[in-house]
Amino acid sequence: MSWVTQTFSSTLGRKLIMSLTGLFLSVFLIVHVSGNFQLFHSDEGLGFNKYAVFMTTFPPIKVVSYGLYAFILLHAIDGLLLAAKNRKARGPQRYVVVRNQSSWASRNMAILGTVLLLYIVVHMHDFWWQYKFGEVPYRQYEQSLATGTVTSSAYNGPAIQGKMEEFVREDTQTRVTIVKDLYAETKAAFANPLLVAFYLLGMWALAYHLVHGFQSAFQTLGWNHPKYNPLIRFVGVWVFGIGIPLAFAAMPVYFYIKSLGA
Amino acid sequence: MEGNMNLTLQVWRQKNSRTEGRMESYKLSGISEDMSFLEMFDVLNEQLIVEGKEPVAFDHDCREGICGACSMYINGRPHGPLQGVTTCQLHMRSFKDGDTIVVEPWRAQAFPVIKDLVTDRGSFDRIISAGGFISVNTGNAQDANSIPVPKENADASFMAAACIGCGACVAACKNASAMLFTSAKISQLALLPQGQAESAARAKKMIAQMDEEGFGACTNTGACAAECPKGISMENIARMNREYFAAEMGTKE
Repeated sequence: MSWVTQTFSSTLGRKLIMSLTGLFLSVFLIVHVSGNFQLFHSDEGLGFNKYAVFMTTFPPIKVVSYGLYAFILLHAIDGLLLAAKNRKARGPQRYVVVRNQSSWASRNMAILGTVLLLYIVVHMHDFWWQYKFGEVPYRQYEQSLATGTVTSSAYNGPAIQGKMEEFVREDTQTRVTIVKDLYAETKAAFANPLLVAFYLLGMWALAYHLVHGFQSAFQTLGWNHPKYNPLIRFVGVWVFGIGIPLAFAAMPVYFYIKSLGA
Repeated sequence: MEGNMNLTLQVWRQKNSRTEGRMESYKLSGISEDMSFLEMFDVLNEQLIVEGKEPVAFDHDCREGICGACSMYINGRPHGPLQGVTTCQLHMRSFKDGDTIVVEPWRAQAFPVIKDLVTDRGSFDRIISAGGFISVNTGNAQDANSIPVPKENADASFMAAACIGCGACVAACKNASAMLFTSAKISQLALLPQGQAESAARAKKMIAQMDEEGFGACTNTGACAAECPKGISMENIARMNREYFAAEMGTKE
């Protein structure tokens, strides 16, 4: 057996996979949440739609995104296999009484992870699949070159090549952007209270998964050190456990509340 | 030693490794709060012998908290409700008159039940045999200054060496993982110069053996360290991971 297969088939090596892929996915969340903040801009979705085009066409990002899908699968499959192995390690007889001295999240990473996997499937279907393969309408934005004010309308003109066309109109002194309207998809999706509830469930699972997972990844890497532990704990709890899930959860809630007013 | 505690014990009874076991209930009276938990079991066994029944088999040896033989899972926790004590050092004053106490053996694939509360912890011995030693005779004590050891390392090594191999970490872990035990045994040697020479080979062999025995992986729940009667820290697991990854990546084979 080569040392690579030996390492990654040992329990420690398989935890190393969980740790490294988990940290990669955590970093991705920072990128994802910062990009999605454009949903809150009052530019009728212009910034968000242009960002969606950039993220799906810029080659380096495309490469990373395929890596991301692979790591999600690797993390999920390795995690579920480990959970099955761990369950088996207890033996055929379970305890009659158990008083746990560990946190709830740490004991339920596989269940939280399964909720998240389900969430990712629904989320990818709602947006990624729709954007790539579904019938997403185009929207035409006109941004004044002088003042920057944006007006928009549904685009009914001739078919567009690709996801976006952008040009400057000399007569009106505006920049015209005709772009696939993912913003409208988002708005429509989050008018559905059931979907909003499901997204909140997903972010609840994300919060608990990361409160334990982020810190745990460093312990698995062997990075347990009195100098860095307070920082790792702080970032794990406040940034990944609370900040990011709350920011994500705010998005469906924001659109749902807006849909009530409209 | 007469007392006035009345207790109900629910104890796992299993004839041998090939038969199914079950919980049995026993009433005990006149238990003194000054008895140790094992002495309470001695009283139960005398009572069972008088009644012509099979006494409860349980592991015990030194009864002073240093041998690691006693191993009871009491009311859902290894070694019972107290922190930092083994079952033999747990006293009945930790319980109340009229309590029902549930006593089970360690539960792990790698610790099969031999009889009642006795499990076969030979898997721990095999992990040690795989590499948890220094393979040269130490000879006479050298001059203390010839091998400098920083005080912090000596302390950390000694803290890891406090592990008595009782298996409470495995019993407490939801994954029945032996990482705390194995990491303590790797750390106590890795932290000292005498252990350095073989540290890479040791990490690889002991972890291979640990996996072969069927222990689970580590989810870093911290239940092991919380229940360890000797206060072994999870820093040892991090050190073991570093030792192992460095060994796999850094050695020639």
